[in-house]
Amino acid sequence: MKVPLSWLREYVDLPAVTAHEIADRLTAAGLKLEAITSHGHDVKNVVVGEVLSVEELEGFKKPIRHCQVEVGEAAPRQIVCGATNFTAGDRVPVVLPGGVLPGGFEVGARKTYGRMSEGMICSERELGLGDDHGGIMLLPADTPIGADVVELLGLREDVIELEITPDIGYALSVRGVAREVATAFGVAFRDPADLSPPAETGPSHPASIADPTACDRFVLRAVRGFDPHAPSPFWMRARLTRAGMRPVSLAVDVTNYVMLELGQPLHAFDAAKLSGEIVVRRAEPGETLETLDHVVRALHPEDVLITDASGAIAMAGTMGGLHTEISDDSTDIVIEAAHFAPSGIARMSRRHNLVSEASKRFERGVDRELPLYASWRAARLLAELGGGTIQPGVTCAEAEVEPVRIAIPSGHPGRVAGMRYDRQTVIRRLEQVGCTVTEGAEEAEAADGLAARLAVTGADMLTVVPPSWRPDLTDPNDLAEEVIRLEGYENLPSVLPAAPAGAGLTEGQRLRRRVGRALAAAGYVEVLAYPFMGERDLDRLQLPEGDARRRTVRLANPLSEDEPLMRTTLLPGLLKTLVRNAGRGAGDVALFETGLVYRPGADAPATAPVLGVERRPTDEELASIEAALPAQPRRVAVVLAGEFARSGWWGKGAPATWADAVEAARTVAREAGVVLEVRADRHEPWHPGRCAALYAGETLVGHAGELHPRVVEAYGLPPRTCAMELELTRLEAALPGPVETPAISAYPVATQDVALIVDAAVPVAEVEAALREGAGALLETIRLFDVYAGVQVGEGNKSLAYTLRFRAPDRTLTVEETTAARDAAVALAGERTGARLRGA
Amino acid sequence: MSNYDPVEVTPLHADEMARMQAEALEAVTAARDLDELKQVRLAHAGDRSPIALANREIGVLPPAARAEAGKRVGGARKAIADALAERQAQLEAERDERVLVEETVDVTLPWDRLPRGARHPLTTLQERIADAFVAMGYEVAEGPELEGEWFNFDALNISPDHPARSEHDTFFVESADSGKVLRTQTSPVQIRALLSRELPVYVISPGKVFRTDELDATHTPVFHQIEGLAVDEGLTMAHLKGTLDRFAEVMFGTGISTRFRPNYFPFTEPSAEMDLKCFVCRGASAVPGNPHCRTCKSEGWIEWGGCGMVNPRVLVACGVDPDRYSGFAFGMGVERTLMFRHNAEDMRDMVEGDARFTLPFGMEV
Repeated sequence: MKVPLSWLREYVDLPAVTAHEIADRLTAAGLKLEAITSHGHDVKNVVVGEVLSVEELEGFKKPIRHCQVEVGEAAPRQIVCGATNFTAGDRVPVVLPGGVLPGGFEVGARKTYGRMSEGMICSERELGLGDDHGGIMLLPADTPIGADVVELLGLREDVIELEITPDIGYALSVRGVAREVATAFGVAFRDPADLSPPAETGPSHPASIADPTACDRFVLRAVRGFDPHAPSPFWMRARLTRAGMRPVSLAVDVTNYVMLELGQPLHAFDAAKLSGEIVVRRAEPGETLETLDHVVRALHPEDVLITDASGAIAMAGTMGGLHTEISDDSTDIVIEAAHFAPSGIARMSRRHNLVSEASKRFERGVDRELPLYASWRAARLLAELGGGTIQPGVTCAEAEVEPVRIAIPSGHPGRVAGMRYDRQTVIRRLEQVGCTVTEGAEEAEAADGLAARLAVTGADMLTVVPPSWRPDLTDPNDLAEEVIRLEGYENLPSVLPAAPAGAGLTEGQRLRRRVGRALAAAGYVEVLAYPFMGERDLDRLQLPEGDARRRTVRLANPLSEDEPLMRTTLLPGLLKTLVRNAGRGAGDVALFETGLVYRPGADAPATAPVLGVERRPTDEELASIEAALPAQPRRVAVVLAGEFARSGWWGKGAPATWADAVEAARTVAREAGVVLEVRADRHEPWHPGRCAALYAGETLVGHAGELHPRVVEAYGLPPRTCAMELELTRLEAALPGPVETPAISAYPVATQDVALIVDAAVPVAEVEAALREGAGALLETIRLFDVYAGVQVGEGNKSLAYTLRFRAPDRTLTVEETTAARDAAVALAGERTGARLRGA
Repeated sequence: MSNYDPVEVTPLHADEMARMQAEALEAVTAARDLDELKQVRLAHAGDRSPIALANREIGVLPPAARAEAGKRVGGARKAIADALAERQAQLEAERDERVLVEETVDVTLPWDRLPRGARHPLTTLQERIADAFVAMGYEVAEGPELEGEWFNFDALNISPDHPARSEHDTFFVESADSGKVLRTQTSPVQIRALLSRELPVYVISPGKVFRTDELDATHTPVFHQIEGLAVDEGLTMAHLKGTLDRFAEVMFGTGISTRFRPNYFPFTEPSAEMDLKCFVCRGASAVPGNPHCRTCKSEGWIEWGGCGMVNPRVLVACGVDPDRYSGFAFGMGVERTLMFRHNAEDMRDMVEGDARFTLPFGMEV
């Protein structure tokens, strides 16, 4: 909302304060300053002149005139001018040599088109008054010659632009802002709506409200004999321009001016184009209306319409119809001022994606009492400025509305604030807002319902009736806010409450932090990719038909049509980020992300019910929402490419491999206290021969390995990019609890090495598990120190060399004991995997 | 031995003894390295050394002469042993010096064999903020990112027709009337906390939220908020102010406080916009003539978030009696906090995942 200060000062006796001081007070009251724009402060030496004579200069491509202009000095000034809309005798604004126009444009005396030009005759645009550059600005004939144009036209103006929150529609008007300013400075406020329309008897035009849920007041006034060519006065155009609206024609400008001043949207119909009774109703099936913007709109049965015998003539409070619009030859005008249901206008505006100054105000709440006064003000302006006559009579259709009454203890605002406001302060502040405050409270009638649940009890009850312009005040806390904000938020005390002792982070939350640190310590950089993806990602990942990750949640209004799906895996985002890093010249990249994936259940309901809010929903009702939401487990994933251990002056590094990806999974699992079991698997998007399935006990928690070459190609990844993805939510479920302290034996260790030959296809993990189990309790550690495949161990075989370390808790082991344990280990490995001792 | 004269034992003469000692000391001094010194030790202090042989002769002396001869031999042996020890130490020091110098390496060589990693500052900033409240007794509450409309809007007193609802630029799950949205704020976690926890409730909830904004330097469709909720008996706006003032101090240092301005949020009443006193210039740059402050743009205050007293309608929707309980809630943008706390100027950097952006932040922000 842009408010010219001169307009504000018309209704508030403001002390001599700057625009900034006013803005600060308004901001403190909740009307936040967006910007202050100063106009005309740099303008100087612009005076009223009378054109004495005009000489047309010949021989130029465009008309050029040499004028003698009387400016109240000793002699007239001679000025060259290219405009042709004036003649001798006209009074015009003249900037004299040494003068300055808006924007710091300095004007001097100079020779042009062969003549001296001492200054310039100005258009409205040159004076900073809107866009009109059609010609020179012509001033009324009685304007005093030599007068300062800056003073005369009010060129100097500060405009405060305020951000108005959606609850206070009344502040979308000079009237509303002026009231707040008056309260903030403790000075008198003159209500611009304080008008006295004559008592009327008959209607001006037949009208009725067919749907009182759409409209509860509908007022029409008629003006006849209006001069459609009468211009809007300069001051009106200037204010409209400063307030951010474009002047159009007198009839339209008047409706806009009154809307800006009072906050009441108005609509002007050409009376000649109306036929029969005007009815406010909802749209009928199949009804259409061509609106002012030349769009034919198909109407929805809930749309609120103004209609006459011919059908729809306006979308109520949103936009008028083209057919009944005021035009260049409209002489009889019907002004409509109404109070429409905010929700009706809001829905219509959203349905048609049509936001207007009117709909914005109706959605946010317009003073229900304004239509009679605002329509009168508009009719008077039309009559005064456009030469029409106001027709007797006013149409006023209305539906009864029960006023809101709110009962609060006088101490309630203080109880909310945490400081004391005395009773008189509370009453005074509420009255400043416009409330009527009476002592005592009626006994609560219905003991149930939302109002009863919101009721506040206590001693010294007050009954408060909010003013008609504050439909947002409905609850006890709304009143508390009014008192607290007017007494000043800056005066609130600062008191730290004693919260009860909390339990700290949950185990799951701690785990997530540990996982993040462990991966970062292992060399991975965290990214937070957008959780969106497209069908194309699922294809690039080579996911087969029927893969669970292809069952996705789709957005109705995605930002990009390429990525309308919610991710079911973290990999697409990570892989694209890896490509971006590689594209920026990073050859060695290791990234990780933790975040949610969205996995809709196969038979989840399509819609989540939207429940009521007047009570706590039942557990069943809440469960019905949960059932419709997808599962949203938390995952962690890594991607890596290039060298993982770097090459350098020390020698060769090591490329990132499937083993690093699997180790990243072990790193994560280690933080959860879980030892992962690794099994070979085939699972997209991994390389079928280099893919590990990761198990916590019997629960599959994820996969790791090298990506499938086709995936690498599809994403444009560096060759042999590796990845790991693991479901943290499943690991959290497997958290084993406190670690059991190991017994530390100080007896000596006994070491035995064994080399086993097994079939090359036997997984090492199985051999090791068998050795471990067979060796029994004396085994302390087992470590694979060599893997060998070659002629010496036979075609299709491999040799695995292990060091087994044995130790007893209570004695030094004998050679016989350790050998027996080793033999048992080898025997079990042989039994399970066909392993035999090398050389045996 | 038959011609042995027990009185005339030459080696035990004082002159002879002095000569042997002098010879020995000279040899010790002359030894150039530890090997030579070892030879000197054998020759002059070993079992077959002249002085050792002389020592054996003491036994044949008459008892009266033994004491004096013993003293003489003892003195000489000690002098030689001392000289040997001293020379030994000296030569070892010289050897060490030489050998360790030979082992010198260039300690300025780089050793970046293992990759460096880092956590994203938005993650660690959320943790730091959460920790400030955990220290005040709060617990960290969480909820789904794909949320029921009832949780995201209705229960928070954002009715379907209220302009505040359309201001939210919501991502809807297909179809548009599915009743499911990507949460536009972390506030639905308030509802979940009130529905699931015993009162009183003191929770902080960080997390990802979504609005249909195009990505640019100051907007991103996916961003993070952190939100607090306290519902207890007797909570007031003064408590809200006290909590946020404390939080401001924990995050930005002693003397940094907050300022409230009236604002509107459907889920709080009264509502306030919360400004943070500039932690760089401490408000000084707002005074004309003082140097410009890039952090607060010389306004002295930084817009940080919104807050207010939980709207009793929200309490009613969660089954909490507003006549007995009251509460406060507050929330702030994590990206925005990162921007002013670390002079991060472009939100795209936080989104794109370029490792060069994240690495400097390390493990904690």
